[in-house]
Amino acid sequence: MDTTENTNTPVKKRGPSFALKLGNFFREMSRINAFVFRFFKEAFMPPFEIKEVLRQCYETGVRSLTLISLTGFIVGLIFAKQSRPSLSNFGAQSWLPSLVSIAIMRALAPLVTSLIAAGKVGSSIGAELGSMRVTEQIDAMEVSGTKPFKYLVCTRVLATTIVIPILSSYMGLVAILGGFVNITTNEGTSYRTYIEQVFEPLGFIDFVASLVKAIVFGFTIGIVGCYQGWYSNKGTEGVGKAANGAVVTAMFLVFIEEIIIVQITGWFR
Amino acid sequence: MHKDKANIDYKNSVIQIRGLHKSFGDMKVLRGIDLDLYQGENLVVLGRSGTGKSVLIKIISGLLRADKGEVTVLGSNMNRISDRELQELRIRIGFSFQNSALYDSMTVRKNLEFPLVRNKKNLTRLEIDKSVEEVLEAVGLSHTINQMPSELSGGQRKRIGIARTVILNPEIMLYDEPTAGLDPITCIEINELINEVQERYNTSSIIITHDLTCAKSTGDRIAMLLDGQFQRVGTFEEVFENTNDDRVKPFFDYNFIE
Repeated sequence: MDTTENTNTPVKKRGPSFALKLGNFFREMSRINAFVFRFFKEAFMPPFEIKEVLRQCYETGVRSLTLISLTGFIVGLIFAKQSRPSLSNFGAQSWLPSLVSIAIMRALAPLVTSLIAAGKVGSSIGAELGSMRVTEQIDAMEVSGTKPFKYLVCTRVLATTIVIPILSSYMGLVAILGGFVNITTNEGTSYRTYIEQVFEPLGFIDFVASLVKAIVFGFTIGIVGCYQGWYSNKGTEGVGKAANGAVVTAMFLVFIEEIIIVQITGWFR
Repeated sequence: MHKDKANIDYKNSVIQIRGLHKSFGDMKVLRGIDLDLYQGENLVVLGRSGTGKSVLIKIISGLLRADKGEVTVLGSNMNRISDRELQELRIRIGFSFQNSALYDSMTVRKNLEFPLVRNKKNLTRLEIDKSVEEVLEAVGLSHTINQMPSELSGGQRKRIGIARTVILNPEIMLYDEPTAGLDPITCIEINELINEVQERYNTSSIIITHDLTCAKSTGDRIAMLLDGQFQRVGTFEEVFENTNDDRVKPFFDYNFIE
C-alpha cells in the first residue's frame, strides 16, 4: 500500500481563528477608549495650546470655506429644484421654503459639512500625523521634552470640534440662499417672504440639535483622523492607510451618530 | 582621527544599564545588556542591522520600556520614573534620529526654536534668536535658516537634526546611525561634528552605527552587540585587532576602509 502523502493537493490556508479576531477587536476597542480618555485628560489640563488650536482652526476652517460654500449653495439649489414636482402634485408649492429650511437645518447642513470635512480635514489629519509617525517626527517631539499628544492631537480635535459647527451653520445659510435663488427664479417669491417662510417652521430644538450634531461630528472627525495617524506604521503604505481609514471610519461613524441623534431629538419634539 | 581621552571621568557614569532585556513578541532582541557610559565619553555601539542597537537608545531615552533589568540615566531609574520626571530628564538628553526627523512643516529656524520655546518659556525673543544663530553657526549652516527641510541635502538635514538637539545643552547625546546614507566626505564631516559637539558642549554620547570609519574616529570605546548581548567592549584596537572571533572579524574585513 502506498502511504506517501499526495503533495499536489493544495493546502487550504486557514485565516486567524474567530477567538483571535475577537481578541484583536477588543484590544483595538480598548486602545480607542484609552486614546479618547487621554484626549479628555490632556486637552483640559494646563498649559493650554491656545495658539496652536487657533492655527488649526484656521487650517480646518478657512481652507474648507470655498468647498463648503460651493457645496452648500448647490445643495440648497438642487434640493429646492428636486422637491418642487412632488409638492406641485399636492398644490403645496408655497411650502417649498419651509421644506428647504427644515431639511437643511435638521439634516443636510451638519451631515454634508461633516462628510466634506471627513474627506478633506480627516484625511489630511490622518496623513499628516501618519507621516510624522513613520518619519519619527513624533518621537523627536517626545524626546525633546514636548508632549506631542497635547500639541498634535488635542489641538486638532479641539479645532475640528469648534470649527465644524461654525462651518455647518455657514453652510446652512448658504444652502438657504441657494434655495432662494431657485425659488425666486421659478415662483418669484420675494427675499423677505422667503426668509419669513424659512424661519417660521424652525424651533429652538432644531437649532440646538443641528449644533449638537455638528459638535459630535466634528469631534468624531478629529479624533478618528488623529487616532489613525497616531497609530500608523509600515512606512508610506501606513500613511495611505491612515488617510483612508480616517475618511472611511469617520464617515461611517457620522452616519451612525446621525441616526442616534435624530432618535434622541425626536423624543423632545 | 583619535580623540583625546583626558576629559573622560571614569568614576562618574551618566548611564548605567544592568541585565537589560527587551523582546517584541517572540523575538528576543536584547538579552541581558550591561553597560556604563562615563562622563565625557563617546561610546560607539556596533552591530549588524536588526540586532537591537536603536532599541537600546530608545529605552535609554524612555521611548520604549525595558522588559527586565535596570536602566539608570543621570541618576534616574527609568523603571520608576514619573511622566513629569521623564519630561524633565529628556531635556538633558539629546537624540539625533537616523532620518533626522526634522519637522517638515516648519522652516529650519522654527525647527530649532521649537524645543526652546516649548521647554524654556522664560527666554526672550532675542535670546531665542541668538541661540538659534549660535547653534546654526556651530554646525556651519547659518545660510539655511529660512529654508524648509525638503530643500536641504541629507548631510545638511543631519547637521540641523544635531543642532536641534544640542540647542537645549544636553548632557547626553544619543546618535542613531549618524552617517547612514551619506557620501564618504559628508560622513567625515558628520564624524568631526560629533567630536566637536562633544568638546564644545562637554556631552557624553552613545553612537549607534555600523560604519567602522565613524566608530574609529568618534568612539573612545566600542561595544559590539551580537546576539542581544555586548560580546566585545573596549577600544577600537582591543575589539578589532588580533581577534579571531568569527562574528567580529568579517565586520572589520568587509566594512573598514583604512
